[in-house]
Amino acid sequence: MRIPLGWLAEFVDVTPGSTVADVHAALVKVGLEEEGSHDFDLTGPIVVGEVLEFVEEPQSNGKTIRWCSVRVAPDGEKALDGGADVRGIVCGAHNFVPGDKVVVTLPGAVLPGGFAIAARKTYGHVSDGMIASSRELGLGDEHDGILRLATLGLDPVVGSDALSLLGLDDQAVEVNVTPDRGYAFSIRGIAREYAHATGAAFRDPALAPAVEDASGFEVVIDDEAPIRGRVGATVFVTRLVRDVDPTKPTPPWMATRLSLAGIRSISLIVDITNYVMLELGQPIHAYDFDKLTGGIRVRRARQGEKLVTLDDQTRALDSEDLVIADESGAIGLAGVMGGASTEIGDSSRTVLVEAANFDPVSIARTARRHKLPSEASRRFERGVDPAVAPVAAARVVQLLVDLAGGTADPLGSSYSQHVQPAPVELPDGYISGLIGADFTAEEIRSALAEIGGRIVEIEGGLLVTPPTWRSDITHKSALAEEVARIVGYERIPSVLPVAPPGRGLTREQSLRRQASQTLASSGLVEVMAYPFVSEAAVQLFGSQTGDAVTAVRVANPLDAEAPYLRTSLLPGLLDIVRRNLSRGLLDLALFETGLVFLPEPGVEYGRAELPRGGARPTDEVLADLDAGLPAQPRHVAVVLAGNAWDKQPGLDAHPVGLADALDSVRQLGLALGLEIRAVQGSHSALHPGRTASLVVSTTQGERVVGVAGELLPRIAEDAHLPRVVAVAELYLDALIDLSPREVAVQPIFGYPAATQDLSLVVRRGTPAGEVSDAVVRGAGPLLEDIRLVDDYRGSGVDENQKSLTFALRFRAADRTLTASEASDAKLAGLAVAAAEFGASLRE
Amino acid sequence: MSDPIVISDESVAAAVDAALAAISEADDSTALKAARSAHVGEASVLSRLNATLRDVPKEQKAAAGKLMGQARARVAEALAEREAHIVVREEQARLESEFVDVTALPSRARVGARHPLSLLQERIADIFVGMGWEVAEGPELESEWFNFDALNFAPDHPARAMQDTFFIEPVDAHLLLRTHTSPVQIRSLLSRELPVYVIAPGRVYRTDELDATHTPVFMQVEGIAIDKGLTMAHLRGTLEHFARAMFGEGAKIRLRPNYFPFTEPSAEMDVWQPNAKGGARWVEWGGCGMVNPNVLLSAGIDPEEYQGFAFGMGIERTLQFRNDDLNDMRDMVEGDIRFSQQFGMVV
Repeated sequence: MRIPLGWLAEFVDVTPGSTVADVHAALVKVGLEEEGSHDFDLTGPIVVGEVLEFVEEPQSNGKTIRWCSVRVAPDGEKALDGGADVRGIVCGAHNFVPGDKVVVTLPGAVLPGGFAIAARKTYGHVSDGMIASSRELGLGDEHDGILRLATLGLDPVVGSDALSLLGLDDQAVEVNVTPDRGYAFSIRGIAREYAHATGAAFRDPALAPAVEDASGFEVVIDDEAPIRGRVGATVFVTRLVRDVDPTKPTPPWMATRLSLAGIRSISLIVDITNYVMLELGQPIHAYDFDKLTGGIRVRRARQGEKLVTLDDQTRALDSEDLVIADESGAIGLAGVMGGASTEIGDSSRTVLVEAANFDPVSIARTARRHKLPSEASRRFERGVDPAVAPVAAARVVQLLVDLAGGTADPLGSSYSQHVQPAPVELPDGYISGLIGADFTAEEIRSALAEIGGRIVEIEGGLLVTPPTWRSDITHKSALAEEVARIVGYERIPSVLPVAPPGRGLTREQSLRRQASQTLASSGLVEVMAYPFVSEAAVQLFGSQTGDAVTAVRVANPLDAEAPYLRTSLLPGLLDIVRRNLSRGLLDLALFETGLVFLPEPGVEYGRAELPRGGARPTDEVLADLDAGLPAQPRHVAVVLAGNAWDKQPGLDAHPVGLADALDSVRQLGLALGLEIRAVQGSHSALHPGRTASLVVSTTQGERVVGVAGELLPRIAEDAHLPRVVAVAELYLDALIDLSPREVAVQPIFGYPAATQDLSLVVRRGTPAGEVSDAVVRGAGPLLEDIRLVDDYRGSGVDENQKSLTFALRFRAADRTLTASEASDAKLAGLAVAAAEFGASLRE
Repeated sequence: MSDPIVISDESVAAAVDAALAAISEADDSTALKAARSAHVGEASVLSRLNATLRDVPKEQKAAAGKLMGQARARVAEALAEREAHIVVREEQARLESEFVDVTALPSRARVGARHPLSLLQERIADIFVGMGWEVAEGPELESEWFNFDALNFAPDHPARAMQDTFFIEPVDAHLLLRTHTSPVQIRSLLSRELPVYVIAPGRVYRTDELDATHTPVFMQVEGIAIDKGLTMAHLRGTLEHFARAMFGEGAKIRLRPNYFPFTEPSAEMDVWQPNAKGGARWVEWGGCGMVNPNVLLSAGIDPEEYQGFAFGMGIERTLQFRNDDLNDMRDMVEGDIRFSQQFGMVV
């Protein structure tokens, strides 16, 4: 909302000498946040001049200029710039005659856009200033020649300041009006707020005379389908004004105020309706009475009904839309936009003025349905003072009489069925007990009276009836807010509350932190990708098997190419890899922890009917709301590309591969107290020979907790990634769930260890990990540690076989082991490996 | 067999002199080993002289024995001395040969980093945990009831439209990406025993295109405290404590009236940053207020018995306030590793 300061000052005593910043500072104290400020961006000297005479001089470029003699100060006096009273000025326009009063911008003036006026040589003369057009002054779009003040009905004294004459010296503040304060979408409302902030005297324009009750014009409110029980229209005041001349000019004071308020001047009658709307907050509609067919009926639209609105759009109406209709059908979308068929034009002579009050919900839904947010709908949605309509109608009628030459007609209507706001009980002590500051009874009463409340003393407190423009006040907490803000929030002291002892971070929260800290400590950089992905990305990474998967789709995505919510962290991470590569950062080790969204196919999520707010839903409904959400587990993923380290003195570069991804997996396991093991696996997006399924042993058997692998080279290439990109993605929530609550501790024995190597030969396809497991099972409790140290293939070993060498460490709890005891255990291990995998000792 | 030798002052002195000369000439451990073998070994003159002691007549035995003992002790001492010297010198030489340029050693460990927003979120959680609060979480894909209805956003109220919501298909299922972490407040009030003091940090979503000052996905932290007798003064006290932990001891809070559906009274909070790089300043930090009675009723709490406050602020913004040069939101979301690496593990 923009508020021209001159307009504001009509209704409240603005502190003399106040700057735009001062007014902003006052308004922000009561909750109207600063959005900006506006002015006409021009400075004087700009004066009223009179064209004395001119000579027309044709130019070589085909134009004819006028070399004018212009009086810019009374005879013998100095002009506003200190110069002579008559100036020679070159003018290209031809729409004036000697004797016309015009606006002269003298040297030193600056026009909008930083256009500085100086005496300058042009067309063979020194032009000592400029005769201005409306557009050059920022007054409007008119550029058919210069501005002749007579067309505005003005005959000012020559030499007087044209800026104040035209209102161009005014400025406006712009504030953000919060959705609960519909009344502040008016100069009236802002003036009241300014009075609250400064204590200045407020003169309520709504106390001006209202139209007298009138009848004779038929208005029927016929709402057969109120939304949530609220009738669409509660007030409908109409008045007729005859013999208007719509072609009369809008007076400059009105045009400049509208312009500063951000509303374009269109024509006198439209300007008057907008002016009154801005002043009082009451949207006004003006109909060309002669185009109406019979009386007005306010009703819901009929199935299939259409309406051409003022913007010349043909709109298919919804049966929920509230319309204004006459006998010809719908002639306007109530409270949103009027219809073209009854629009005021230059030939209109009789105007029907409408000042009505419509249900906020109905208007909000219609405005949204037709994507038609208008100045009117914006106000109705937030609530318009239902009592102001007759005053606003009277103001419009008066302006039509004064400015458009009309005659007020007694014909009209005065429908008004609005309910008075319900009184709110305010117990003694409530406000201080909520705000935590002491307020005197006098402060409370005075603040509530200031906002327009009517106060009655009752047993143990006050009964406060909010004013008609404060439909938002329905609870005593709103009264507390009014008192607190009017007295000032700076009254509120600072007291640190003492919470009961807390339990600290939960186990899950601590472990998640530890996981992230550990991955970062092991050399990975944490990133956070957006969760929006494409259909292709969903399908590529959605399932191990490559089968089609379901994903959640955003109805209004920012990027139409990426409307889905991720089912895997990998697509987002790969995008980030690509972005880094494009910036020349080639060695990348990234991780992310975050939610993925995993709807199950065929399940309908959500709920068509929501419980209303303000009451606790039943447990069944709450459970149903939760069941209506797809699973959103937290995953952790790692992506590696380029080198783990580059070539350095004495060290070759180490290109990353699956082994590095598995290192990260082990680090993660460490952080979570889990041994995460890799077994041969597969994934449709990963290299078939370089994919590991990640498992954790549980009492219920092996549990898959993720996958690691190298991207399929084809996919890497399509995505403009290096040929080797190693990735891992694990189900972090599941891992944390598996993480032991208690660590199983073994005693540590100090007897000497016996170490032996075991070299055995198995078929090449046999996984070393499984051979190792078999040796462990066979060797029994003496085996303390086993490590694969070599995988040999070549001469001395059959072509389809490989030789695996394990380093074994044995130890007994109660004695020093002999070499033969260790050998026996080793051979026992070999025996199991032989039985399970046909392993034989390598000779 | 060499010539027979006899213990005499002369013969012993000659053997000792020869031994000492050889020892002092020995320049490294190999030469010293040779000298030891030649002059104290079994075949050495001294050993052979020593061996003749048993043939020395009884009355001369004491004198000869003493002579030999002194001689052998002198040589042994010289050997030990020389050995110690050589060991030190050789150790030194080896260390010198092992010199490396410490500025040119290869590095095998990658250096990782946390994202500063994660770190800051954890730090904020720690501040509140230190006050006895707990950290609550909830789903990012939410039911509209938790995101709006329960929070006193009436259906069709313009405040809903102001939230720039991502809705989920089909829209009549009333699912959305949460526009604030406030749904977690409702979930906490529904699931926890009163009194409740929780903060809820997390990701939230608004349909803003990414630019220098907006991102459609960002992080918020919200707090809610519901107890008997909590007031707006407690809200200010909590915020000031938090602000001092974030921005230094001189930080303070200014409240300005504002409107949020879920609080009444509502306030915008500005924080005074005494240590800002461009000079001390007020900056808008977030919104707050006393929890609206309708919100308590949505969670089945009697607003006549319990009341409390809530507040919320953007973590990105908080990070920017702490780091004046961080003025492009895109740096925080694009995942350029150089961004996080500046912070490492510290925010």
